[in-house]
Amino acid sequence: MLTNRSKVVVKKEMNFWERIYLPAIFGGVAVTIKHMFRRKTTVRFPEAKREISSVWRGQHVLKRDEKGAERCTACGLCAVACPAEAITMTAAERKKGEEGLYREEKYASVYEINMLRCIFCGLCEEACPKEAIFLTDRIVPTDFQRNDFVYGKDKLVEKVNERIDVSVRQTPAVTEFKKHKSLSHNR
Amino acid sequence: MAKLTIDGVEVEVPDGTTILNAARQIGGDLVPPAMCYYSTLKDTGGKCRVCLVKVAAGSAKDPRPMPKLVASCRTPVADGMVVQNLTSPEVLEARKGVVEFLLLNHPLDCPICDQAGECDLQNLAYEHGAAKTRYEEDRRTFEKIDIGDKIKLHMTRCILCYRCTFVGDQLTDKRVHGVLGRGDKSEISTFIQQNVDNDFSGNMIDVCPVGALTDKTFRFKSRVWFTKPLDAHRNCTKCSGKVVLWTKGDDVLRVSARKDQFGEVKDYICNECRFEHKNMSDWTVEGPRHIDRHSVIAQNHYEKIDLQKLKKEVERQLEFQKGKALPQPDNALNS
Repeated sequence: MLTNRSKVVVKKEMNFWERIYLPAIFGGVAVTIKHMFRRKTTVRFPEAKREISSVWRGQHVLKRDEKGAERCTACGLCAVACPAEAITMTAAERKKGEEGLYREEKYASVYEINMLRCIFCGLCEEACPKEAIFLTDRIVPTDFQRNDFVYGKDKLVEKVNERIDVSVRQTPAVTEFKKHKSLSHNR
Repeated sequence: MAKLTIDGVEVEVPDGTTILNAARQIGGDLVPPAMCYYSTLKDTGGKCRVCLVKVAAGSAKDPRPMPKLVASCRTPVADGMVVQNLTSPEVLEARKGVVEFLLLNHPLDCPICDQAGECDLQNLAYEHGAAKTRYEEDRRTFEKIDIGDKIKLHMTRCILCYRCTFVGDQLTDKRVHGVLGRGDKSEISTFIQQNVDNDFSGNMIDVCPVGALTDKTFRFKSRVWFTKPLDAHRNCTKCSGKVVLWTKGDDVLRVSARKDQFGEVKDYICNECRFEHKNMSDWTVEGPRHIDRHSVIAQNHYEKIDLQKLKKEVERQLEFQKGKALPQPDNALNS
């Protein structure tokens, strides 16, 4: 009764036209045929792709900096921000000679996101102090095994020679901040 | 006994108590923060200046205000003293400045630092500091030093509170580290990289308010907020054996001494307890450690609530809030 849409059930005798059901059936068929000429609401996915917003939140990427070193320092803020508890990581200390591989003294030796748990809310991206994790416009593909949805660093870290552009995802304030090269964060 | 008012709350303490300790007897928000003062180490305090308070009336006999803000950890109380901490905008402004000074040379590498999440400087800056830095020059840099094989010194993070040198002086029989240099150039160091291998030297990790001295056995193992703190004890011939185990699953990642509500260790523990016993079977676990719910470590941390204690705490808070609402001290005293 809250919505005023409830109907009281009336059990009255059906008349002749109602009893032969045919008008009701044709009415249903008419609805079906009408829908056949409507614009399709689905797309044929792998061939056709739907237009998405520039801030669409899809599969994560772990960014490298300009020199190709991994930005992630395993600070754990993404994991603690994650409402679905999808992120786990193990930290390790950078050794001498690995400066080109890892940006900071500490790095994530294991970094895993369980894509089945992930709700793509983007809080990890927001929590990241190192601009390491971003959600991209890529769609997480389907798979058969549950284990295959636990994405490790092999799938998350971007390749050095095929970078993933996330500049569209950054707010004007961030873009402005990044212009100041004297700040240690941007060096 | 001296009766004084702090932020409108009256308290009676023995003569010779400092303002800071009087405030701690009241408890709650009005306790000034302290980065260098440590109640269980003698002669600490007076260095960091974060505990500055305003004394609006010196005493009952001489109700003139003190000319400058005073360090509450070093100033003894007097009968009839009126102290303002949170109620004085001047104090808050000064504290903000002090935090900015403390952070001048601090690298702000919290994402890397093992202390993050239980760091006094982090809390202080979060509560009292400015969100942005005005500092453009290069921060001072130092090489990382291994003090023995169990302790790592990150001199860049140090705020020169001198607590660790007092640990060296008062808890161990032979101090082999200290502060070298002066002013901007001062640094904590050992005599020619000499190992600190005294039985109680590990306590300098616990007293360090920042991440300058960290446990090497815990280095980068886990962020504190992913570990589960448990109260535990063992029979130790050298110390009380009362510790906190920071565990993950069945692994003991770190052992530390128990800190009280003001972040201070009352029972120091020996290095054997701290570094050598990383097995759950070595310890008698008493239960989950109480973690303040405002701390990030309280994430996913469950413990049994003592309803009696909770009731007392709520009543204490109510009392405190009532005190805060009291009329401001007479303005005639200030002029």
